Amino acid sequence: MDTGTIIIGLTIFVLACFAGAELISKVPQTLHTPLMSGSNAISGIAILGALIATGRPEAIDAESMLGFFAVIFATINVVGGYMVTDRMLQMFKKKARKKKQ
Amino acid sequence: MSTVNIIDFVYLISAVLFMLGIKNLSSPATAKLGNKLSMTGMGVAIIATLASPDMFGYTMIIIAIAIGAAIGGYVAIKVEMTAMPEMVALFNGCGGAASALVAMAEFNGHTGAFANFTLITLLLSIIIGGLTFTGSIIAYTKLQGLISTRPITYPFQQVVNGAIVVLTLFLAYTVFQNPENVFAFYAIIILALGLGVLAVIPIGGADMPVIVSLLNSYSGLAVSMTGFALNNNALIIVGSLVGASGLFLTKIMCDAMNRSLANVLFGAFGAVDDSVADGGEGPAGSMKGFDVEDVAIALENADSLIIVPGYGMAAAQAQHVTRELGDYLSGEGIEVRYAIHPVAGRMPGHMNVLLAEADVSYDQLYAMEDINDDFSTTDVVLVIGANDVVNPAAKTNPGSPIYGMPILEVDKAQTVVVLKRSMNVGFAGIENELFFKDNTMMLFGDAKASIQSLLSAVKE
Repeated sequence: MDTGTIIIGLTIFVLACFAGAELISKVPQTLHTPLMSGSNAISGIAILGALIATGRPEAIDAESMLGFFAVIFATINVVGGYMVTDRMLQMFKKKARKKKQ
Repeated sequence: MSTVNIIDFVYLISAVLFMLGIKNLSSPATAKLGNKLSMTGMGVAIIATLASPDMFGYTMIIIAIAIGAAIGGYVAIKVEMTAMPEMVALFNGCGGAASALVAMAEFNGHTGAFANFTLITLLLSIIIGGLTFTGSIIAYTKLQGLISTRPITYPFQQVVNGAIVVLTLFLAYTVFQNPENVFAFYAIIILALGLGVLAVIPIGGADMPVIVSLLNSYSGLAVSMTGFALNNNALIIVGSLVGASGLFLTKIMCDAMNRSLANVLFGAFGAVDDSVADGGEGPAGSMKGFDVEDVAIALENADSLIIVPGYGMAAAQAQHVTRELGDYLSGEGIEVRYAIHPVAGRMPGHMNVLLAEADVSYDQLYAMEDINDDFSTTDVVLVIGANDVVNPAAKTNPGSPIYGMPILEVDKAQTVVVLKRSMNVGFAGIENELFFKDNTMMLFGDAKASIQSLLSAVKE
């Protein structure tokens, strides 16, 4: 890996950190649990690396076995994380307030 | 444009979708859309990866996805809302494990010499991912009550942990010098797993919101490191988003307790100190237990009510009956609001989710800074299973362990009703002088049963 690639990677990392912090600071306290489980689901993006590790070797070897388990873990993270976030968000409702007597 | 270029472009689209997803979380009205955008981002990234020309076979992938989806889906449907903190911890642990496993696979499958930077990021991914995995499992077992929620401490704990960190980094250095050193490589994995356990056991149950947030941040960091090693921009971007999100929540939680992150991690807060618990002087005055009927009369005569939920409400599963009581009283013309302390419960926003589950309109929920000035003009405050977050000692007693922590100033209300299971002290192990004040009515018993009988009493 040449230095240029590393610098580009670091640039993306730093900028994404700032963008992330900016976006997240706008999330109200009420939604902190869904924020957490939602960002948790996103971190299952490691599945991309897991898929490559599993699908790339031509025969079953150490790499593909490790990848296999990585895909299982990452899928639990992604599917479970999104579904539970969706379940929670379905519950956040605004109701017409009852009138005072 | 080559296939690789196209895949990278699709990754960019999915990164944008993730960002828009989080942006839409800024309001409960758009949050559902946000989650869908984020899901779409994940979907297109997965499809693009599967279409990559590197792919040789799909059988194992399909089997693994089927297993993972079945487990994740089943758990997500079955889990109780009160158990959400442990669920998030568990999913988070899976994310950490996935990152570490991907890094291990890459280490195994790599052909030719490693670039220095690749090797460093691979090792970091394994260390961070591994400790996130076991740390999350320990957080899960603590939150589930499978092991004691009290801090588990032993002599020279921090020295031991520090030594393990140094040893891990030293071994990482030897692997960096000689990637063929398989023994050191496996030793690193074991040490990282052990570190996760040792780092979380000394942390008490009430500090779990901080730890769950911090582990969330670690799992993001592990993903970023994997992204660097694989030279995959999608992983770098998403990892930093998650890392930033976890760190932000960690900071909010620490600020809400007026404690530094170091104090949370190493302070073993809430360890039982018998000398203080037995010999310490209790606050002046006496706790006054009241009957349900007395409390019902106070509620009926009120014009305004603020409900303050705490972990006790979650533990007793009392959110539904609380909402029934709140709705009934607001039907009677009483102004009913809910005040939520940032660290109430076991994870950020825990109370909000429970009340949302019980069908409380989200505009009735108020954050601490938005409602604290209103307590002085409120007739009745109903504290349900909250203790330390309403303890006036945080403002008045410089000797108190929680001195300086921002609290809900419920003692300023005309009458405070405290629902409590027993006379025991709160998690921090300190007496709460609120319970001894003249305007405080204590109602002892299980929160759910107490509110149930309160509800029937006010209906009569």
